[in-house]
Amino acid sequence: MKLDSKIPAGPIAEKWTKHKFNLKLVNPANKRKYDVIVVGTGLAGASAAASLGELGYNVKVFTFHDSPRRAHSIAAQGGINAAKNYQNDGDSIYRLFYDTVKGGDYRAREANVHRLAEVSVDIIDQCVAQGVPFAREYGGLLSNRSFGGAQVSRTFYARGQTGQQLLLGAYAAMNRQIANGKVKLFTRTEMLDVVVVDGKARGIITRNLITGKIESHSAHAVLLCTGGYSTVFYLSTNAKACNVSAAWRAHKKGALFANPCFTQIHPTCIPVSGDHQSKLTLMSESLRNDGRVWVPKTGIKGLKAKDAVNIPEAERDYFLERRYPSFGNLVPRDVASRNAKYVCDEGRGVGPTGLAVFLDFSDAIKRDGRKTIEAKYGNLFDMYHQITGDNPYEVPMMIFPAVHYTMGGLWVDYNLMTSVPGLYALGEANFSDHGANRLGASALMQGLADGYFVIPYTLGDYLATIGWNDKVGTDHPAFKESMDQVTNNINKLLSIKGNKTVDEFHRQLGLIMWEYCGMSRNEAGLKKAKKMIQELRAEFWRDVKILGGANELNAELEKASRVADLMELGELMIDDARDRNESCGGHFREESATEDGEARRNDDQYAYVAAWEYKGENQPEVLHKEELVFENVKLTQRSYK
Amino acid sequence: MKVTLKIWRQKSPNDKGAFKTYQHEHVSPDMSFLEMLDVLNTELIKKGEEPVHFDHDCREGICGACSLYINGHPHGPLQTTTCQLHMRSFNDGDTIVIEPWRAKAFPIIKDLVVDRTAFDRIQQAGGYISVNTGGAPDANEIPIPKIVADEAFDAATCIGCGACVAACKNASAMLFVSAKVSQFALLPQGKPERKERVKKMVAQMDAEGFGACTNTKACEAECPKGINVTNIARMNREFFSSSLSSYEYQVGGGD
Ligand SMILES: Cc1cc2nc3c(=O)[nH]c(=O)nc-3n(C[C@H](O)[C@H](O)[C@H](O)COP(=O)(O)OP(=O)(O)OC[C@H]3O[C@@H](n4cnc5c(N)ncnc54)[C@H](O)[C@@H]3O)c2cc1C
Ligand code: SF4
Ligand code: FES
Repeated sequence: MKLDSKIPAGPIAEKWTKHKFNLKLVNPANKRKYDVIVVGTGLAGASAAASLGELGYNVKVFTFHDSPRRAHSIAAQGGINAAKNYQNDGDSIYRLFYDTVKGGDYRAREANVHRLAEVSVDIIDQCVAQGVPFAREYGGLLSNRSFGGAQVSRTFYARGQTGQQLLLGAYAAMNRQIANGKVKLFTRTEMLDVVVVDGKARGIITRNLITGKIESHSAHAVLLCTGGYSTVFYLSTNAKACNVSAAWRAHKKGALFANPCFTQIHPTCIPVSGDHQSKLTLMSESLRNDGRVWVPKTGIKGLKAKDAVNIPEAERDYFLERRYPSFGNLVPRDVASRNAKYVCDEGRGVGPTGLAVFLDFSDAIKRDGRKTIEAKYGNLFDMYHQITGDNPYEVPMMIFPAVHYTMGGLWVDYNLMTSVPGLYALGEANFSDHGANRLGASALMQGLADGYFVIPYTLGDYLATIGWNDKVGTDHPAFKESMDQVTNNINKLLSIKGNKTVDEFHRQLGLIMWEYCGMSRNEAGLKKAKKMIQELRAEFWRDVKILGGANELNAELEKASRVADLMELGELMIDDARDRNESCGGHFREESATEDGEARRNDDQYAYVAAWEYKGENQPEVLHKEELVFENVKLTQRSYK
Repeated sequence: MKVTLKIWRQKSPNDKGAFKTYQHEHVSPDMSFLEMLDVLNTELIKKGEEPVHFDHDCREGICGACSLYINGHPHGPLQTTTCQLHMRSFNDGDTIVIEPWRAKAFPIIKDLVVDRTAFDRIQQAGGYISVNTGGAPDANEIPIPKIVADEAFDAATCIGCGACVAACKNASAMLFVSAKVSQFALLPQGKPERKERVKKMVAQMDAEGFGACTNTKACEAECPKGINVTNIARMNREFFSSSLSSYEYQVGGGD
């Protein structure tokens, strides 16, 4: 298989404009003859469904949530980047492009990232027009903050609830199309398979989560906007229901999976408190604008936050400011996370488990006053207080890294089409724009860029090319076959009647992934982990215990089918991490480090996208490499010193 | 900690349903309320009893999925979401009664899970500004005074959980609907359609079978996001002015 990224020729700043001009258009009167399926109602899915509905396509949109507004995008806190340069601090499309390619440690496509930077400005205009209440200055103009990995203020925000406000904007736009009859919404409906006929995606199989009914839906194209798979680690900042199943089942139907091992570990999360823990809570990265990260110079066992004030300045190690004087506390996430791990490995971690560092606001409160800090972070401080019982206005927060985002995902070309024609992936579900590390406030930008401004153009090209006659109905035997497969899978799960709960398996999977495929990875550990997961999988299919039936609301059954896929994905992540014997972005291979422990990238051997092809159950997957070409950005070892 | 749980169990929408009592011996004060139920569910499954169904997802107080009526209060004793409630808010030996939201417009699906799609249908009726993708003016073209933007933001933080309805003896959805109406009534972008919007949303609200508002303010007291009842007053003004002629409405406004 030859991977064709379909990157248009020409100078970087003109590629997208030219490409848009060259794409085929669907005549306005013919748009209503095309059916499009959108799976997912997060930023990517809701914005795509709304925009395609506005254009006149017949859209069916699916979510397993009870409402589109529950999609995990709702939880994004900190903000969204855009190269508006409203602050007159030297920002530009080129700088956002440059920062994002560099931040991604040179493992993203230049052309995609430039397009992202170009449309970023339109996103803000669009959202404001929809009534998204971004933060404003007293003069009435939009306010910005700076975010990790950038030296300009280009992040737009809505207090600590940016994702919520952006999602509600896209949700509202989609609601308008639902009211217009152009979008049909299916809630509590989970997609369980993609149907491929004659090499093209023709529809999906779904399960109604209330009645258990398995159904077929056909369309001219299928868009997967199904989010990321951080929950492979069990504990992560993602919502409980986030999972990989939609992408994974597409992968099994021929869509290549790219860079699965690229995961982002977020430095500012509330540390684990006990075995009962079901998820980790992110404290927005924006906190690092004003909070200072430190541990004592010499370790103090079980140091409590309330005793931190007694540690004199001279005995504190502000390790990020010390090691990275120019970026300080605003170094990118992977760097901040790894350094927190190092100081904890040295025995200088704080809190009951020693797996935490302080994030201290006392200087900021002294400098700006409590009111200012409250206005910026009030809800985050309250949340922290509620969860931990500590009051961050009085004592430092305790934070520790946690899995947060997955840069890997379905491989897509410049048009966001996967390797299966007619099957697209948008938002966190694709691999496209963040390389080996995503910069803060860039996921929201990408999700909305894909949905509002890219897919409406690129999808039209495909539809115009195939023509509206090229559609397969749900009476085609492939739909029946796929439905049978899905039903069999469900019956198989229910028939095991073993002894261990789904959560117990999920937790075990998470521990393996975190230990061996987490913040730092090495060959021996990865090899061991692969074997452990294979054993876990075998045990799962022998011993999982799911009560209840197939034809009713059955949360355990839903989880089981997702965990089964996560285990398979876990194996592929390990294969990918083993293949990439370099350190880049969120992927740190111990074999590839400098003497002072910084990551060492290897551009000669690894400047490629690793795209994996499924070859059948328990068969090794086949690696395809898409070489990355850099014509504009000079590859340098990232340095934030 | 040990607690006694009285939980509403209902197999399906048509099942009658009843409380069932469970002794929970393995509770730690650091657990969230939902984690406490996770532990219960693991024990139930091991014993061969079907786990308790409840809606949840983000567990960060923002998605609005969690919705438990605990000891007579939506989301329990604190003014927060169920997922942000921790067991340290309870005492060893407490009895805790857990029910679903109860309202005609929110039919029970199973155990503690209810159908809140009525909320989505209200939003579909008019909770948007009619702009298509592309062609929006520059975001800074219309300055909005910070105080207005902040007020609109406060209204916009509603998470659509439905606690306001569950708290209200009339099962009124006024707080939820007024939050969206207010957000758009305050912002210049929302003004062109404000008249239509409030009419359509209120009509849908009535059609869904939510009750009337009698100003008990129970909704505000229980809303985990602190949505203010002044939004209801604003919506009433909006609704009133929408029934005036468009000329009067434009002159008289409702700001
Ligand atoms: C706590 C937190 C804070 C964050 N903060 C920021 C931030 O400040 N700035 C930033 O840029 N990014 C942030 N991110 C990242 C960002 O929020 C996500 O990457 C982004 O919102 C993902 O959007 P999405 O549309 O791709 O997917 P999601 O919002 O995850 O939506 C996925 C959708 O797919 C549906 N779905 C999935 N599988 C199926 C299936 N099989 N069948 C049917 N439906 C399905 C779900 O129901 C849902 O509707 C944050 C992430 C987290 C976890
Ligand atoms: S107004 Fe408050 S209680 Fe009602 S749905 Fe919104 S957030 Fe929930
Ligand atoms: S689970 Fe999302 S608000 Fe409680």
